[in-house]
Amino acid sequence: MDTEVFAEKYAISFNLLEGVVPACIADVSRPDWLRIAELVKNDGGRLIAIWGTDRRPLEDHYAISVVYCAAEGLLWLRLTVAEAGNYPDLSALFPAAERMQRTLFELIGIAAIDAEDVRPWLNHGKWPKDYFPLQSNCTGSEHFSTPLEPYPFVTVTGDGVHEIAVGPIHAGVIEPGHFRFSVVGEKVLRLEQQLGYTHKGIDRLLIGKSITDGARIAGRVSGDSTVAFAWAYCMAVESISRCQVPQRAAWLRALLLERERIANHLGDLGALGNDAGLAIGLSQFMRLKEDWVRLSHQLFGHRFMMDLVIPGGVTIDLDRAGIDLLSEQLNKIEKEVSVLRSIYDEHAGLQDRFISAGRVLPKLAADLGLCGLVGRASGQAFDARADHKISPYDKFNVRMATHRNGDVAARVTVRFEEISESIRLSRQILFQLPPGETVTKLDGAVAGQFGAGWIEGWRGAILVAVETDAQGAILRCHCHDPSWQNWPVLQHAIMGNIVPDFPLINKSFNLSYSGQDL
Amino acid sequence: MWQILKQIVSAGIPTEKAPVPAPLSQQAETGQIQSAILTILGRALCIRFVDAGSCNGCELEINALNNPYYNIEGLGIKIVASPRHADMLLVTGPVSRNMEEALILAYEAIPDPKLVVAIGECACTGGIFGESYASCGKVSNVIPVGVTIPGCPPTPNAILAGILSAVTSRAQVASF
Repeated sequence: MDTEVFAEKYAISFNLLEGVVPACIADVSRPDWLRIAELVKNDGGRLIAIWGTDRRPLEDHYAISVVYCAAEGLLWLRLTVAEAGNYPDLSALFPAAERMQRTLFELIGIAAIDAEDVRPWLNHGKWPKDYFPLQSNCTGSEHFSTPLEPYPFVTVTGDGVHEIAVGPIHAGVIEPGHFRFSVVGEKVLRLEQQLGYTHKGIDRLLIGKSITDGARIAGRVSGDSTVAFAWAYCMAVESISRCQVPQRAAWLRALLLERERIANHLGDLGALGNDAGLAIGLSQFMRLKEDWVRLSHQLFGHRFMMDLVIPGGVTIDLDRAGIDLLSEQLNKIEKEVSVLRSIYDEHAGLQDRFISAGRVLPKLAADLGLCGLVGRASGQAFDARADHKISPYDKFNVRMATHRNGDVAARVTVRFEEISESIRLSRQILFQLPPGETVTKLDGAVAGQFGAGWIEGWRGAILVAVETDAQGAILRCHCHDPSWQNWPVLQHAIMGNIVPDFPLINKSFNLSYSGQDL
Repeated sequence: MWQILKQIVSAGIPTEKAPVPAPLSQQAETGQIQSAILTILGRALCIRFVDAGSCNGCELEINALNNPYYNIEGLGIKIVASPRHADMLLVTGPVSRNMEEALILAYEAIPDPKLVVAIGECACTGGIFGESYASCGKVSNVIPVGVTIPGCPPTPNAILAGILSAVTSRAQVASF
């Protein structure tokens, strides 16, 4: 990555961040904050995340950080803000910023000025409005006994309009969140989500932890993406401590990441068949998924591969016998998935439910910042593995799966194609796995540094940004799940569809609650 | 259709024996578990699941209980949509402050004897998240818990064994 290109394009100077992620960082002034946002937007860049840091232990101010993804890599901009200050709103340019800005305020007490929507997001009333857990004068362990407050949903009025309130506890075995539908008959006019129910204070919990201890927490931001989050976290702290991960460890991480992708896609494809009434789809895919996670357990000691990616490398290694077992399983799964794919493709009743349901056209997807696998089904051709070729993906030439139909059928197809591609990548990894160490020692704590990790998880690209304090412990660690971008788009995807199609459309997105609520 | 039938036949029935808690015999077959549940409850076991703030790892394993290997519906155990239809509450996660009230409402809606099983490290002890401004910690800080199943996440077999032991311990209580 060449910082000169950015310096010329944006007329400010950047510092390159160490490590494998092509990322650079810059302090910006208030006017530059908006000027650069517009330039990024006009250049086709995307907003990834916004968060706030109380830097008063180190300096006498707060900092608001925003990360954009441009074609060349990540841009991390920091704006200095005084106590009780504010920063210019970005949600007018990037709609995805809206909920992030509301959350930023509730965590740290710095508001986006002139933002349109300032309703509470995480704070459901259970702690005071003037309690900001990430401020350095709070410990995060304060207890309050304030009651829940009703959320001011936008109401739709007119002849025959009524509301259906769903959640926070849902009918199936899924995470909690509230959905408010405004409907006429069976047709959905509007859906509004209220999330934050699984907010358990992860941002606060990470503050003050040593950079090695943070990995376990990052691996539990969203359990179904544990490898992706742990890897992104490790990438960030390895960048901070200038740690070069051994090649073998990087390749094994990629193997685990692709196994995580396949496991989740298998589960989703089964559930999607089931939600459209094809029970055999669920039982067959769930059987394959169970076989899949059992081999992970046998070889790596954990069905979902938690805590295997650690700062400096991985805790596992593979011998010849393990490689043979994995290769055998890849052959078996590939064959079975191709049979099931033809069953799905040829099943008229199933296709009738899939095709045209929950459509998000590429234009809307681009405007709202839809990303990840759902984005790729709506023509948003972004995949960090292919775009930025972060080691070891620079060796693999990843073929991105993209479609433009933007309906449930397209999201099913992207999943099938990504399983095939992940099988191909896994074979290449097993075949060419470089020899050597699987872990290297992380050189102690490094004070006052910034590091970023950027990993294409199965759901989409995950960002973990870490700032260290004067002792080299975590001053702030922000874990960003792509569900932030995609939840608001689900509200659009359901419009005009009928209520009974919501479970199917929702499943085709399969977004994380915990990953966004933190 | 031919392809579907062929797939069903070639995949066969992979269902395995369930793990059996005392006091059922160690060689319990599906039929024995079914009859034990019937003897104790007088009907199939209905479970209402509540995620009170988990990372969604435990949910993956509870969902796995429905796959053909564990086949809990074959044992006479069903996960139901309403707490009013349920004999048992399965709870995961540290209880977030935002979910505290919803969990209490679900608990109150379940008819007696209100069996509660806490699943996973966070539900049992508060786990890595503990207690904070946003988290009430373990489930028993919010509602009474009968059986705890630790693990991050616990395996489907461990969850199944815990569910069955909650049912059988209920039988012991009832016999006093």
